[in-house]
Amino acid sequence: MRLACLAVALSLFAALAAAFEIEDHRFYPGTGPQVLKIISTADLEVFEPYLLAFQAQRPELSIDYTVASSAALYGAIRNGAPFDLALSSAMDLQFRLANDGFALPHASDRTDALPDWARWRDLIFAFTAEPAVVVLSADRFAGLDVPATRQELISLLRAYPDRFQGAVGTYDIRDSGLGYLFATQEARSTDAFWRLSEVMGRLAPRLYCCSGQMIDDVAAGRLALAYNVLGSYAVERMARASGGRVKIVQMQDFSNVILRTALVPRQAENTGAAGAMIDKLADLGLRDGPGTWPLPPLRPSADDAGGGFGPIRLGPALMVFLDPLNRRDFLGEWENAMVQR
Amino acid sequence: MKTTGSIGRRLTLLLAGVAALLSLLSWGMVTTLARQAAERTQDNVLAASATTIAETLRSEQGEVRLELPYSAFAMLDAISQDRVFYRIAAGDALLTGYDDLPVPTAVPAPGQVVFDTGVYSGEAVRMATVSRPVVAGSQPVQVTVTVAQTRHGVGTISAELSRVAAILSVAFFAVAVGLSAVAARTSLRPLNEIAAAVSRRGPSDLRPLRRDAPEELAPLMTSLNRLMERLGQSIRRSEDFIAEAAHRVRTPLAVVRTQAEIALRSVGDEAEKTRLRRIIRAVDESSRSAGQLLDHATVAWRADDLARAPVDLAELAAQTAGALEATAAMKDIRLHLDTAPARVAGDAVLLENALRNVLDNAIKYSPEDTAVRLSVRTADGEARIAVSDEGPGLGTGPAEALTERFRRGDNTEGIVGSGLGLTIARDVLTAHGGRLEFAPAPKGRGTCVSLVLPSL
Ligand SMILES: Nc1ncnc2c1ncn2[C@@H]1O[C@H](COP(=O)(O)OP(=O)(O)O)[C@@H](O)[C@H]1O
Ligand SMILES: [Mg+2]
Repeated sequence: MRLACLAVALSLFAALAAAFEIEDHRFYPGTGPQVLKIISTADLEVFEPYLLAFQAQRPELSIDYTVASSAALYGAIRNGAPFDLALSSAMDLQFRLANDGFALPHASDRTDALPDWARWRDLIFAFTAEPAVVVLSADRFAGLDVPATRQELISLLRAYPDRFQGAVGTYDIRDSGLGYLFATQEARSTDAFWRLSEVMGRLAPRLYCCSGQMIDDVAAGRLALAYNVLGSYAVERMARASGGRVKIVQMQDFSNVILRTALVPRQAENTGAAGAMIDKLADLGLRDGPGTWPLPPLRPSADDAGGGFGPIRLGPALMVFLDPLNRRDFLGEWENAMVQR
Repeated sequence: MKTTGSIGRRLTLLLAGVAALLSLLSWGMVTTLARQAAERTQDNVLAASATTIAETLRSEQGEVRLELPYSAFAMLDAISQDRVFYRIAAGDALLTGYDDLPVPTAVPAPGQVVFDTGVYSGEAVRMATVSRPVVAGSQPVQVTVTVAQTRHGVGTISAELSRVAAILSVAFFAVAVGLSAVAARTSLRPLNEIAAAVSRRGPSDLRPLRRDAPEELAPLMTSLNRLMERLGQSIRRSEDFIAEAAHRVRTPLAVVRTQAEIALRSVGDEAEKTRLRRIIRAVDESSRSAGQLLDHATVAWRADDLARAPVDLAELAAQTAGALEATAAMKDIRLHLDTAPARVAGDAVLLENALRNVLDNAIKYSPEDTAVRLSVRTADGEARIAVSDEGPGLGTGPAEALTERFRRGDNTEGIVGSGLGLTIARDVLTAHGGRLEFAPAPKGRGTCVSLVLPSL
């Protein structure tokens, strides 16, 4: 029986792999025949503790965990790929899925306990609030003040062009959904965004698809700073492990906070298990302190410096920058600033 | 009399019915208004959103360009969490948005907003459409902007308001029912007060009702008073008639008695004498009966308006005994007086009348050569004249029955009487707030009748 299930799962996996790009995949066999199929943007090393904790609660359940980029996840769900749960940090795409009717409702006392801003109807549920941060290399910043605002950062980049030439990294927002979300929200909220982009553009910035590579490059000293990295505890741990060579800075003038959200796709088969997983994640999202979990809770604890900025609002306004015309305009402007020089 | 339901209950039910109707009506109205208000709010926001988008329309290098403003969708989020769809088309060609969104039923004139209701993605949606001509290339092209939103929030808001309105209506209804009951009771109070005033009255109190009454009850009061007046008149007329009749009977009887006494003195034969004495006694009794009829009428109208003068019962007893001394002597009956001063408030004439009737009975029903005892005592705030004889007793039936009008006992054996004596005594005592008591005489033989009055 188990083998048969595994065979089915593997064949499905193969079929899916053909349909969209899969970054990672792991199967956690349970004692029973039920499988919970999760598609997520969170790397295995970050999310495995959550899966194991959930499986400890439901040992009979097998978990099939697929990692994909947020755009691939969005496309897979829209195209009816057979998943029971979609977890993504791209709030805009998640919202669009729910808005367009690709999500099933789920309600329980756990999800009712979530604050209003952490859910949209009974379709999307947030379980982490993660700020965008600047990661910088202590070596490359030797002798310089650590910038606390965008204005300070701009002045610094202008004052030392040689030092930062080719050593500034950020998301390639044409590829990264999260980078695009950060950029559009930042452009909307602060004038400094476009000025900073201009300044970065002159320094031949390196553009990345994902934050992992960016942080590695900062740690290795190839980058002086990585702008707009998703600041999870995993990043913090990495900074601590680097022995002071990597510093994490949160901008004090404005800082994006995104919500990592869960939804049950329309095509989900094991909605019961998916709902239970959402309840578990909502519970963890409402915990008081960071604990040992790799992702932060919804509410920053009082002593956390990251406070002060509310998360990006879950709502139809998120769809504005997903509109192809708007996207074309925005990317055009961004390319003008970042790439052409 | 058969009661045909309560006016109070009927009034309460009627008012409660009206309140229920009003509650239902107001609930329905609030629900409808709430729904309309919620719908209007949604329409306004949708219109504002579509207009905001239309304002960004422009033409660049012969191409229609636009920019979805952030606020256009952010404002849709303000009232409710509803799904949002949009469609922007230049002529028939889609510029951006959801291609399969239902097209508006009419193309709005510039500056006008067309609203539609339809179904999209499995849910009812409300759509607002505006249109604007944009000169792209050589020709102006009509660009339509449609913004649609599901109606989940409208339903939630109006359901919530409807629920609140329902609770308020039920509360209003409950209060109204309570107030109706109070109102019914209050408006019926004058009627109840009049009824209570009438039933509080003594049996022969026929004075007109003098109390303030609401307009609606004035006719009832007037007819009630008129009825009582007529009743009083007719009672007075028959009393006058009885008094007149008694008087007319007594006058010729007095003549017969005088004649019989003269004859008694002039005849010598014992048998003739006995016969004449019997005639005299019969005449006396008849005269006495007629007198009692007269007394009865007197008591009836003097009791209506009772005098309340202090009267000493000991004195009264002595007086009455003195008046009946002669009658008692004719049967060789001894009257024993045993009195202590006992003062009461009342009408001396009526009290004397009552005692005379009781004492008269004692003498009348006692055999010859016996004693009748009169005692006057005060105890426990009550003054009491007890008259006991050694006669045959009151017989078997209930003693109280003997106080009925014209009721005579079964022990009368040829003794003439009217059956009014005890009636008169009882009426007098009742009018004074006292009572008549019957008991066997303390010596085992005979009767003891007591007149009990509240002492002063
Ligand atoms: N002292 C009494 N002894 C015996 N019977 C009495 C006595 N007083 C009253 N009664 C009875 O009560 C009846 C009613 O008395 P009353 O009303 O005075 O009427 P009347 O004396 O004219 O018959 C009498 O007919 C008699 O039977
Ligand atoms: Mg008598």
